[in-house]
Amino acid sequence: MTRDEIRDIIIEIIQDIDEEAEFDGLDADAPLRDQLDLDSMDFLDIVMELRKRYQITIPEEEYPELATLNSCVNYLEPKLQSVAVS
Amino acid sequence: MSFTPLKNLKSSYDTIVIGSGLGGLTCANRLARAGHSILLLEHHTKLGGLATWFKRKGHVFDVSLHGFPYGMVKTCKKYWNKAIKDSIVQLDNIVFDNPQFSLKTSFDKEDFVKILNQKFQIEMSVVDEFFATVNKMNFYDDQSMTTRELFEKFFPGRSDVHRLLLEPITYANGSTLDEPAITYGIVFSNFMNRGVYTFEGGTDKLIHMMQDELVANGVTICTKARVNRLIIEKDRITGVIVGNKKIHAKSVVSNSGITNTVTNLAGREHFSPDYLERFDAVKVNNSSCQVYFGVKQGERFDDVGDLLFTSTAKQFSSEEMLDMQTKSRTFSIYYPKTRPEKPDYTVVASMNGNYDDWMRLDDTEYEKAKVDMIERSYNDLERYIPGIREKVDWVEAATPRTFNRYTLHTKGTSFGTKFEGLEISRSIYKELPGLFHVGSVGIIMSGWLGAINYGVIVANDVDGYLRS
Repeated sequence: MTRDEIRDIIIEIIQDIDEEAEFDGLDADAPLRDQLDLDSMDFLDIVMELRKRYQITIPEEEYPELATLNSCVNYLEPKLQSVAVS
Repeated sequence: MSFTPLKNLKSSYDTIVIGSGLGGLTCANRLARAGHSILLLEHHTKLGGLATWFKRKGHVFDVSLHGFPYGMVKTCKKYWNKAIKDSIVQLDNIVFDNPQFSLKTSFDKEDFVKILNQKFQIEMSVVDEFFATVNKMNFYDDQSMTTRELFEKFFPGRSDVHRLLLEPITYANGSTLDEPAITYGIVFSNFMNRGVYTFEGGTDKLIHMMQDELVANGVTICTKARVNRLIIEKDRITGVIVGNKKIHAKSVVSNSGITNTVTNLAGREHFSPDYLERFDAVKVNNSSCQVYFGVKQGERFDDVGDLLFTSTAKQFSSEEMLDMQTKSRTFSIYYPKTRPEKPDYTVVASMNGNYDDWMRLDDTEYEKAKVDMIERSYNDLERYIPGIREKVDWVEAATPRTFNRYTLHTKGTSFGTKFEGLEISRSIYKELPGLFHVGSVGIIMSGWLGAINYGVIVANDVDGYLRS
């Protein structure tokens, strides 16, 4: 998967969690939590969805890696390298 | 048919959930939606655990529907469905009445800031600083500060302010001044977000909607099925024994109390000495007493508020509130708006209580203690709803013994464990692979919102285990 594809998937998952999430003008280097009003339960949902879709395990201590859109992509890139977009 | 009889159950499932409190129900639903096969076992005849109701003489009494934080809206939408979310409505008339102050509030931050500043004459900078402090508390923060110390820091010597801030939370989860301040801060901030909410249609409607959702998601539900024991082979969970039947599963989620889970369902011999040492230090929270009043059809009373925190005790004291003779009680008032399809007036008086105090009594003393408690509750209620005695056609009392009988919780605890129980609950699968626990623990994972959210957190752990 390319970085752009990973980015689109993150956005898609967040949209499933919160359909009111507004991505226009999103700063990819600023915390998603503040910009999209996500709470810790929402991040748990993202983790569970990634596991369901791509069998990726994200240990609790690595949840902070999901803080911004860019950090999500950086963190997931090696894990999703060999996965094709379905 | 929502329920499957024991004899028709399959011999194996991905996950068995023992107990159908809000945590167990939510965990089951979440796992089923993630594609796992789920069996939900409940010892009682109906689902809900302490989120329950009962019917008497045409009335429906809600046991634990007293008001939850706004966070339930998002939680129900995400983890249940839109119809459940859409039934959540605000209770905006919360009353405090005690010898130190009497006031009405919508129980949200804006109103509380105003009350603290104008009525209690606390400087605005102090109020703001207090809210900023509690708002940023996390469960993994330092626990050394107690709620008493937190209050003394911001409002030294102001026992009236301490009472305003803590009394409702004491009813909500058994908190005292000596608990870690973070447990207070987290729960209080949840409520202060947007106020207090309830479920229109009552507990019965909510649980039936959840039941339908579970069935739609493929969960097998079996009631009147009390699990005797977990099956443990080669140090991991492989199923449960229920009645004379063995049912296998890759994982088991216990929504039984944590003390029951370790001691009775698993057995202490399966845990390490280190874990047991920490487990033995877990204190269970107190229990509750309630008095239920049903008003005759055709009778009515004026709107006196939705939730009344009342006391004739001079000052707030956790000990006083636990005493059998307590002068402090909450009245939850249910008007026809509670169940628009079945309009009725009912009142539930709630008090905190100690199991041991009630267990000590013989049968005659027990019956008399209940009558006395009903009488004291009537006297207090009369001050808010004059003439209530003549309007009531059903009254009865529940005690810690009642809570124990229906929930099987150790010492009838109605709020799970104190803070230290959280870590024990969350780490149980590291001791016994395949075993998970969900339920009221650690004060913060308690109440309707806490229980549901904890169900989601544990479902994530179970899903990770099943997919590993």
